[in-house]
Amino acid sequence: MPIRDALPGAGALAVLQRNFGVWRKLLVPSLLGNFGDPLLYLLALGYGLGHFVGQMDGMPYITFIASGIVASSVMNTASFEGLYSAFTRMSAQHTYAAMLATPLRVSDILAGEVAWCAVKGLISAVAIIIVASFFGAIQGPWVILALPIILLAGLSFGALALVMTALARSYDFFMYYFTLAVTPMFLFCGVFYPLHSLPPFAQDIAEVLPLTHAVALLRPLLTGHPPHEVLYHTGVLLLYTLVAYGFAWRLLSRRLLR
Amino acid sequence: MNPAFLELRALHKRYGGREVLRGVDFAVAAGECFALVGPNGAGKSTTVRAIQGLTPTDGGEIHIGGRALAEMGRAARADMGVVPQTDNLDPDFTVQENLWTYGRYFGLPKALIRQRSAELLEFMALSGYAAQPIHSLSGGMQRRLTIARALINAPKLLLLDEPTTGLDPQARHLIWQRLRELRRQGTTLLLTTHYMDEAERLADRVGIIDHGRILAEDSPRGLITTHIPGGVVELRRVDGELPDPQDLHRQWVSTSERVGDTLICYGTDLSPLLAHFAEDPAYRWIQRPASLEDVFLRLTGRDLREETE
Repeated sequence: MPIRDALPGAGALAVLQRNFGVWRKLLVPSLLGNFGDPLLYLLALGYGLGHFVGQMDGMPYITFIASGIVASSVMNTASFEGLYSAFTRMSAQHTYAAMLATPLRVSDILAGEVAWCAVKGLISAVAIIIVASFFGAIQGPWVILALPIILLAGLSFGALALVMTALARSYDFFMYYFTLAVTPMFLFCGVFYPLHSLPPFAQDIAEVLPLTHAVALLRPLLTGHPPHEVLYHTGVLLLYTLVAYGFAWRLLSRRLLR
Repeated sequence: MNPAFLELRALHKRYGGREVLRGVDFAVAAGECFALVGPNGAGKSTTVRAIQGLTPTDGGEIHIGGRALAEMGRAARADMGVVPQTDNLDPDFTVQENLWTYGRYFGLPKALIRQRSAELLEFMALSGYAAQPIHSLSGGMQRRLTIARALINAPKLLLLDEPTTGLDPQARHLIWQRLRELRRQGTTLLLTTHYMDEAERLADRVGIIDHGRILAEDSPRGLITTHIPGGVVELRRVDGELPDPQDLHRQWVSTSERVGDTLICYGTDLSPLLAHFAEDPAYRWIQRPASLEDVFLRLTGRDLREETE
């Protein structure tokens, strides 16, 4: 298959629009989850745990945790969408088959799906940012620059999830990915405590994981500081996005164009 | 006859070591309805996927409107409509939202999509259901919507993969009427089915496919007269014993076969056969004209096929 077929075209927008259309129908429960969950997290961890922790890395714990939850929520939301929801569209609903009977190609479908994962990640992140700013846990002039970073992180987690979806035979398969990738990133990539409190080997492992780089960029941006090593961190996220997209495209093409 | 609009030449396809298409050849003229009939696993669905350019083939060519499919790529699908075997409507959308969304996949302008959607819902007798959710539709209505959806791009070629499987007679008749109407309007139809009555009612020509090859190809009438001249009598004994164990029937028929408890006799004049058996109270009998199903069973055999496609 020629490699130019991997480049998505305008059809990806139609796929994105389709997913947005479905989301809009389920707007209320979806937004309730987007606003409700982070509120509970911030109350429980920011106030509950934060009472004993006090300051962390030079800021109140609720401020520290709020930016971490923004980053991890992008990961969770984009991953969930790219795994369970995308797999449902592909296998249970045969939506991809319906799309392929039109001029859409696998790359259009994949790009539309990955972009939708990123948009959903952005929606959840913005909800948390709004909630956390009522607690004074989000501040500073850099917040607006966090939005493109959130989208980029969403693209990378979405593309990774679609690699798994392209390989999956059933929903059970996704437990491997959650237990071996999503949960370790949630716990060891600087969401709840700074990376430098880990032993050196664990820091090295965390350094290759995408969530570490999303946190490294988002925490300063959301707490009023310019981030360091911007090119390096965005470069890692971009690399994850492109490599995962390439793999997902190969695997999905093999699966759908038999 | 019009020049071929769709032409398949020596199409080959392997899955692993299994050859599912072993040189499929046929041509469909513009505005014609061609039915591909065959048992499960004969290669019908694979052929339909190949025509859409959705399966890499291992040899052979497909031409549509005089152009090679391999060179057209996805652009070929812009002029095709597909009614798939498995329903894949969007369950979260209403009837009309399904059409609108699908129209966008073709890159059609919004105004055109809205206009065609309304026309197609009218055409498929679904106008009153435009704002209904999919799950409130019956199976037959969902199928009609799937056909309407396949027409959103005003295709020149409509591919129908077992379009009426699982539907009740009323639903099937309505769909057949609409498909004939489309054919009259000039749409070229390629239909796969394992219902012989469907092929007989819709198709100008029928290709019987089995084990990845076209075994015979002609008009439904032509296939019947070539392969089974005359009529058919089926004989069965009331007590389930073997009918006519002495093979008396041989003298009156041109051919016959035994299938389980039934003796099926074919011949141009079967009245002497009936004169002998019809009055015998131990026998049940049916006399009927030869059908496409007889041709089909004669060419593809009577072995049960497992679902492999």
